Amino acid sequence: MPEVQIRKKLTAVEEIFHEGGPASPVPLRRAAALAVIHNPFAGAYVQEIAGFMDDLKPLGLEMARSLVAALGGDAKVVEGYGKGAIVGAAGELEHGALWHVPGGYAMREILGDAKAIVASTKKVGGPGTRLDVPITHINASYVRSHFDAMEVGLADAPRADEIVLALVMTTGPRVHARVGGLKASEIKGEDGLR
Amino acid sequence: MKATIRKIVTFVEETRIEMGKIIDPPTRRAAAVAVIENPYAGKYVEDLAELMTIGEELGELLTLRAVAALGIPATSVESYGKAAAVGEDGELEHAAAILHPKLGTPVRRVLGKGAALIPSSKKRGGMGVVLDLPLGHKDAAFVRSHFDGMEVRINDAPRANEIVVAVAITDSGRPLARVGGLTKDQIKGEDGLR
Repeated sequence: MPEVQIRKKLTAVEEIFHEGGPASPVPLRRAAALAVIHNPFAGAYVQEIAGFMDDLKPLGLEMARSLVAALGGDAKVVEGYGKGAIVGAAGELEHGALWHVPGGYAMREILGDAKAIVASTKKVGGPGTRLDVPITHINASYVRSHFDAMEVGLADAPRADEIVLALVMTTGPRVHARVGGLKASEIKGEDGLR
Repeated sequence: MKATIRKIVTFVEETRIEMGKIIDPPTRRAAAVAVIENPYAGKYVEDLAELMTIGEELGELLTLRAVAALGIPATSVESYGKAAAVGEDGELEHAAAILHPKLGTPVRRVLGKGAALIPSSKKRGGMGVVLDLPLGHKDAAFVRSHFDGMEVRINDAPRANEIVVAVAITDSGRPLARVGGLTKDQIKGEDGLR
């Protein structure tokens, strides 16, 4: 399988103090790590692509570590996560699906015993395409306060033969979460759902 | 602090490959962006002193954030730029009040130097408006390799009564600079131009 070629990386960190309501004593932070990589399958239909998932694992770990570092270095502060991919015009949506395993594996590896499925999204698009990466609680998908999303993208990527890979981590609930549902304090933590 | 800050976002970009060529070391740049309340939204106010003070505060805060995000000594910063986007209930002059009278002094204090003009741009716009921050060498504006731009965008800002304020710094010029002109090793550093 081909080597992973990284053209560019972007780290974005949002620190949200309020959204019109009372300022939170601890601001919500959301961090995104993006990597722009060459799509080794661009321009043709390739049947066997699954091996590339293993090649992406080291990059996934590097991105997950960089997110924890961007949030201050302690993985324990991470409460939500998500992932996504934007495939350039000469690729296919299935190429974005290659990110499910290495992206999810990497964040679980770095965060310890995260139980919930990593929410994800993907699309095909041109340079400047924005992706709304969905976010859910790392241990229980149904925690309503942690349903969130972070918009990411780069002005000059993906080119036709590139893929933008994204991982996102957050440190807490939406800044003014108040629509009820399962609370983080009520998580049983058995099935990754509740 | 005079400014009411809703949100701070930092971006770090790292370019490792450009047009197939490996950039070693990678070119890196960071932007720190604050979303603040516009105290003059919705009305004409003659004296913009409060925004000038806010500009001074943000000059220090955002430069410190950007340097920290880039993870280099402040004295290693090579180029810089600034920009502001005023929400629809504000006026373009509000951006000018933040950017021009007082913002530069703390930027230069944090960086230790900065003889050159800090290139700037401003606009009015709605949420998600794109800011293209112009970049120039901090000690000699004519260094051609360091003329550049960095795009930043926050999907949920500025609201009508907000202003987005950004400071960008780099550790380098363009990844494959080769159009001649003054180079950084030729800087005299007397007038901020050459």
